Order: sequence, then C-alpha cells, then structure tokens
Amino acid sequence: MNPRAMSCEEVIERLFDYLDRELDSQEATDIEWHLARCRDCFTRAEFERRLRDRVAATATAKAPPRLHQRIRTLLDGYDESDTGMDP
Amino acid sequence: MTMAGSLPCQPGASPIAGSPLATGTIMRFDDVASRRKWFERRLAPLLDRLYGTALRLTRNPVDAEDVVAEAVAKAWTQLGRLQDPQRFEGWLFHILTNTFISEWRRRRCRPQSASADITEPSELDSASFTLFQQLHQPFLLWWGSLEEQFFNGLLQEDLERALDALPDAYRVTIVLVEVQGYTYEEVARLLGIPVGTVRSRLSRARSRLQKMLWDQAREAGVVLGKNEGGTRE
Repeated sequence: MNPRAMSCEEVIERLFDYLDRELDSQEATDIEWHLARCRDCFTRAEFERRLRDRVAATATAKAPPRLHQRIRTLLDGYDESDTGMDP
Repeated sequence: MTMAGSLPCQPGASPIAGSPLATGTIMRFDDVASRRKWFERRLAPLLDRLYGTALRLTRNPVDAEDVVAEAVAKAWTQLGRLQDPQRFEGWLFHILTNTFISEWRRRRCRPQSASADITEPSELDSASFTLFQQLHQPFLLWWGSLEEQFFNGLLQEDLERALDALPDAYRVTIVLVEVQGYTYEEVARLLGIPVGTVRSRLSRARSRLQKMLWDQAREAGVVLGKNEGGTRE
C-alpha cells in the first residue's frame, strides 16, 4: 500500500478520525507516513493521544462495598426464585 | 466495538467442572451454582470499570450504582443469549450503555425532571479551542515543555470535573467514543442521531473540555500562557 503525501493541514483535520480509528487502512497509512516524518504533527498527535488516554482512565472508580453487596443480594434473589433466566 | 483498555476474558481456557459449553446458540451450565460461579468470576474484575463508566455517564454515584445493578441483572437473566463466552466483557458493557441510554431517554421525556440536563448544545457553540495551541512552543525551554508541565499537573479529579461540567449530549458522546471505544456509526445508532451529529458533538465536546482544562490549569497556577512568561511552580 503506497502512502499518499498529505499536507500538515490535512493531517490535523483528520487527526481525531485517525485517533478514533475511523479511517480506512489507506487513510491511516497516509497519516502514519506523515507523522513519521513531521515532528510538529507527530508532537500534536502524541499530545492528543495522551490526553485521550487520560480521559479514558477516568472510567475506573472503586465500586463501593454497597454496590458489591447489592449485586450479591440481587443474584441471591435469582438463585432462590430461579426465575427470569433463559434456559 | 473495541473496549478501551479491555482485558481479554478467557472463559473455559482451562477446563473446570461446571464450565459453560458454548454451543453456538446458547451457553449451557450444569446447574445454577455453576452459572453463578462463572458469572461472578467474570464480573468481579470488571466491576470497578463498569461503575467508573456509569459514573462518567450519569455524573452521580447513586444513579451509577443503579445503572450497574440493572445492567448486571439483565446480563444475568440474558446470559444464555451470549453466544461467545469470550465476548462477555464487551457484551456486558454494551448492556450497561443501553441501560444508561434508556434511563437517559426516559428522564428526558419526564416533563419536570430536575436532574436531567435536556439542553441540546447550541449550534452556535462551535468555537474550536485546542490546548495544544496554547501550550506548544516550537523550541525546547530549559525546564522542559509546557505540554509536559500541563500533563504533570493534570489530576484525575480535574478531568472528572471538566467532563462532568459538559452538557449531557456532549459528555455522553465523548464517553462513548473515548472511554468505551464505540465507533461513530455505533454511537449514532445507540443515540438515534445522524453520524454528522456525533461528529459535531464530539468536536465541540473536545473543544469545551480542553478549554475547561486550560482554565483550570491556569487558575491552579500549573501553567501560564505562552506569552505570560512560561510556567510557575
């Protein structure tokens, strides 16, 4: 697959599509080819990727003991009644 | 769907008594106890992330617990429909997402709900702000870079506060894409909106989020603008 030369403006325009894995393989290759050769665009891409990772990391929070207990009780209820389950 | 930071779950990797047998249509267990053991073993390592994701979506610990409990109940009762045990994690998170969206829609339809932000973000809210442009210097400073300084000073609670301050429509979109790893097409289907709307919400959400983080960082003295003398300790 031969990469197509892209301008910095084009790369920045598509950067989030690339980070969100919304591009087809040819477009992704074109951007990666550019990023491997352009320090400014690479730095921008790394910045956005790093921030994106930090946002994703906010989705882990210690589940409170109350929730653990609630789930146990809920499953106990199903065990006892044995209803609502698929066969 | 690709789950951000997902861990592969390997049910049945080592044969154990009572392990499910994937038949291609439904999973079968010897008895309820085996089913429960299998389910809890897969659920336990996911619970913090389920709760954390629900917390980001709902912004409220009580609502987050409700969403997780309801999703777990649905998963338990529908476990027989899970065709591939190795997809348990993605399947469970998908149930969580659908559970949240159903509740979100229900609240939006409730006329006098105080807790649901039903405001559709303004179409005029299209200013594009990028943190990178505020921080990036084309040359290295003797103490490092403003970007590095920013990340070093960025706390998880700063991000949580900024995410929670986004309008619902923006926050849900960015969480579905950046946290849960849904594609734009999948988000459009889940929310019942055009893909173009997903794109515009995402773009505005990122812009607003970055502006809030920038304001927080400046207020906390973590960074100063490029034209304000760099950083201060």
